[in-house]
Amino acid sequence: MSERIISCSAAIAEALTEEMSRDDRIFVIGEDLVYHGGIFGQFKGLPEKFPGRIIDTPISETCIVGSGLGAALTGMRPLVDLHFADFTTCAMDEIANQSAKIRYMFGGQVKIPLVIWAPDGAGLGAAAHHSQSLESWFIHTPGLKVVVPSEPADVKGLLTAALRDDDPVIFFQHKKLFAKEGPVPEGEYVIPLGKAAVKRSGGDVTILTYGSGFYLSTEAMKELSGMGIEAELIDLRTLKPLDFETIAESLKKTYRAVVVHEACLTGGFGAELVARISSELFDYLDAPVLRVAAKDVPIPFSPPLEKFVLPSVEDIVKAARQVTYR
Amino acid sequence: MRTGASEQEMKGKKTKPINHIKAYDSETLLALYQKMVTIRKFETLAGELFAAGKIPGFIHLSIGQEGSSTGVCSILRPDDYIITTHRGHGHVIAKGGDLKRMVAELMGRRTGYCKGKGGSMHIADFSLGILGANGVVAGGFPIIVGAGLSIKLRKTDQVAVCFFGDGASNRGPFHEALNMAAIWKLPILFVCENNCYASTTRTSYACSVIDIAARAKGYDIPGVSVDGNDVLAVRHAAAEAVDRARRGEGPTLLENKTYRRRGHFEGDPQRYRDQKEVVEWEQKNDPILRFASILKEKKLLTQDLEDKIAAGIDADLKEALQFAEQSEWPKPEEALEDLFFNF
Repeated sequence: MSERIISCSAAIAEALTEEMSRDDRIFVIGEDLVYHGGIFGQFKGLPEKFPGRIIDTPISETCIVGSGLGAALTGMRPLVDLHFADFTTCAMDEIANQSAKIRYMFGGQVKIPLVIWAPDGAGLGAAAHHSQSLESWFIHTPGLKVVVPSEPADVKGLLTAALRDDDPVIFFQHKKLFAKEGPVPEGEYVIPLGKAAVKRSGGDVTILTYGSGFYLSTEAMKELSGMGIEAELIDLRTLKPLDFETIAESLKKTYRAVVVHEACLTGGFGAELVARISSELFDYLDAPVLRVAAKDVPIPFSPPLEKFVLPSVEDIVKAARQVTYR
Repeated sequence: MRTGASEQEMKGKKTKPINHIKAYDSETLLALYQKMVTIRKFETLAGELFAAGKIPGFIHLSIGQEGSSTGVCSILRPDDYIITTHRGHGHVIAKGGDLKRMVAELMGRRTGYCKGKGGSMHIADFSLGILGANGVVAGGFPIIVGAGLSIKLRKTDQVAVCFFGDGASNRGPFHEALNMAAIWKLPILFVCENNCYASTTRTSYACSVIDIAARAKGYDIPGVSVDGNDVLAVRHAAAEAVDRARRGEGPTLLENKTYRRRGHFEGDPQRYRDQKEVVEWEQKNDPILRFASILKEKKLLTQDLEDKIAAGIDADLKEALQFAEQSEWPKPEEALEDLFFNF
């Protein structure tokens, strides 16, 4: 399979083009899609290729998600675009009470092939209502699969898998990643949901991360390498279902771990990972597992404030040195 | 704040003549009658089972509202969709739901519609186009928009019906859904069952309008208020709206004015109303008695036939109850099944 260097946005459009050509039940619904190509331009070209299947809506998040769900229950395979993950709050009933529960509470009568696309993350000076990382809320809601990709190839492979999945998938892509470029396979490319990737091997400490944390961690690992600390980097990619096997395999080699995520610390996914590691892998640990995360405040606007609140490369380096006692 | 019912609110009480009767053959009329009695008897049984401690949780009965569920569903095809509410048993029965699987679900058995995972407020039968009862007031609106959109994208002539109460029309999803259905001319029938109470609160206190149908004006779609205890008036209005939807002319808001004779839930002490009001509706404006008297007047229903129909339904319900009582409880571990389709 040949690869080219393309952006995350191009990877999204490519996955959708391939899947929509393959399956005419797939459609995309949300605000600012047809003329604008999506608020981040990620759907450019699709309205022309698939007339009538890229559907503009009013500003009406409740009904955007609800209409995706209703269509999924009646034979279609929609992707709903929420503009910003922050706006999941306006459709919380449709996501958490309806999409997540309908299959279960009706005794498994129906499939729900629904992808909820929710760009998340800070770092753009977008302030408290356009910068959150909310994956924990949805991980804590049984019935939803939660995907947080980092690199363009992951975006393509995971989006393809999500579109083929018969359960509701909430797809958080950091909005700073839309322009990120990287090698992406041409043609059909599927990354199964629930499979983490070991993106760099190392024997001294395991860094568990996802989404934007992947890029911070990659930077940190370069610094750590200069200090003689070789980190193993696991990009979790899907948080629910979680690939704990890959985590365990790595920890049985490194005996140390640092969790990195952009979401705020308290009640974040890091807490779940640390709890699980301590209960299942305690005997393998040579140090407490540390978390690197945003501080527990809403995301502030002014650049020095925002930078202070978000996790940094230095935070990761510090944590990795602490757990390796170096 | 008023405590009693105003004349305007109670206008559903005014007994209008059932004036569409000539348009129907006796088979159709008797089927409507039978369906209404089935719902009444099912609800009565459910109330008794609940009082006897045989139904866990809580249940909401639709006694007195059978004209609305029966009238609307009687003009739907098997492939049309409905979505309903916490007070949804009647709609499920009217759309063809299986009594055995319903009673079993109410009693939490593994043979129930949802294998005991849903209960009274979450009965669905996707094979019959029943997209489910919903425990969240107004939860059905956004989903029915999706069903309507799906119909449009698949280019079929199905219709989708959303049953809801007066209380739900005060929530945001109602307004978002009417707007979206209107701009896309979706084949949807929004059916408000205005039963004078949202939980323990009078509709006249909680709604800015007397007729919920007036809210259609804000979305430039037809809004029709009918006597919800006149099953033929409901059927007639629903038929017009459904025809309109099938022709691609868009949604309609239909308001069936009725009355909730039971408490919000079984066991509700009902401190918010005088029981005289309930008795008055029961005696003067019962949808089944009203329809039966017309059928009798037209010599379509005799006492013998009435008894025969009642006996048939009683036998079906007895069988349903036996089925449920003899059914196994779910195994505890089955709580872990049916979450994800794949993984």
